[in-house]
Amino acid sequence: MNVTLTKAELADLLFEKVGLNKREAKDMVEGFFEEIRSALERGESVKLSGFGNFQLRDKPQRPGRNPKTGEEIPISARRVVTFHASQKLKAAVERLTDVDKRA
Amino acid sequence: MTKSELIVRLAARFPQLVAKDTDFAVKMVLDAMADALAQGDRIEIRGFGSFSLNYRPPRVGRNPKSGEKVQVPEKYVPHFKAGKELRERVDIIG
Repeated sequence: MNVTLTKAELADLLFEKVGLNKREAKDMVEGFFEEIRSALERGESVKLSGFGNFQLRDKPQRPGRNPKTGEEIPISARRVVTFHASQKLKAAVERLTDVDKRA
Repeated sequence: MTKSELIVRLAARFPQLVAKDTDFAVKMVLDAMADALAQGDRIEIRGFGSFSLNYRPPRVGRNPKSGEKVQVPEKYVPHFKAGKELRERVDIIG
């Protein structure tokens, strides 16, 4: 039963379980992810207890290589997002075996 | 930003909703995401990113206190890959 959860399914859930109308449910899901993006954009980490933390990492420039041509090109300094799952989420996922996961 | 701050911000976006519904909606979304991963499903949020599971094969580890060898079984760990929009908006350096 390996499927992919998307914004559409999350909106359906808010429509069915929370009783938001379709428009509100769609906007709520969009707003949820937009608020997380905005916080990260402001340079704030995002801590969602029970789920996990989104953190920012500043990476310095490092040497890289074009894998096709072998040419050396520097990989510029950048800020990236990292996700650390909570202990609760890690424990829930760890119980899966290859039999459960057929994706 | 914490979960409760996220709820406050969303409540301000939806003044027509009662605060309890916004609170419930946030918890519902997070539970649905955790449940999806816990049953081996992927999550794909366009413009935000995707969550999937990475396989870790069984290995022989060591108890750091006693030095004793222990068999660590195979497992899956959650993995997040930021989407294009998130990557670009966050990267204020590059």
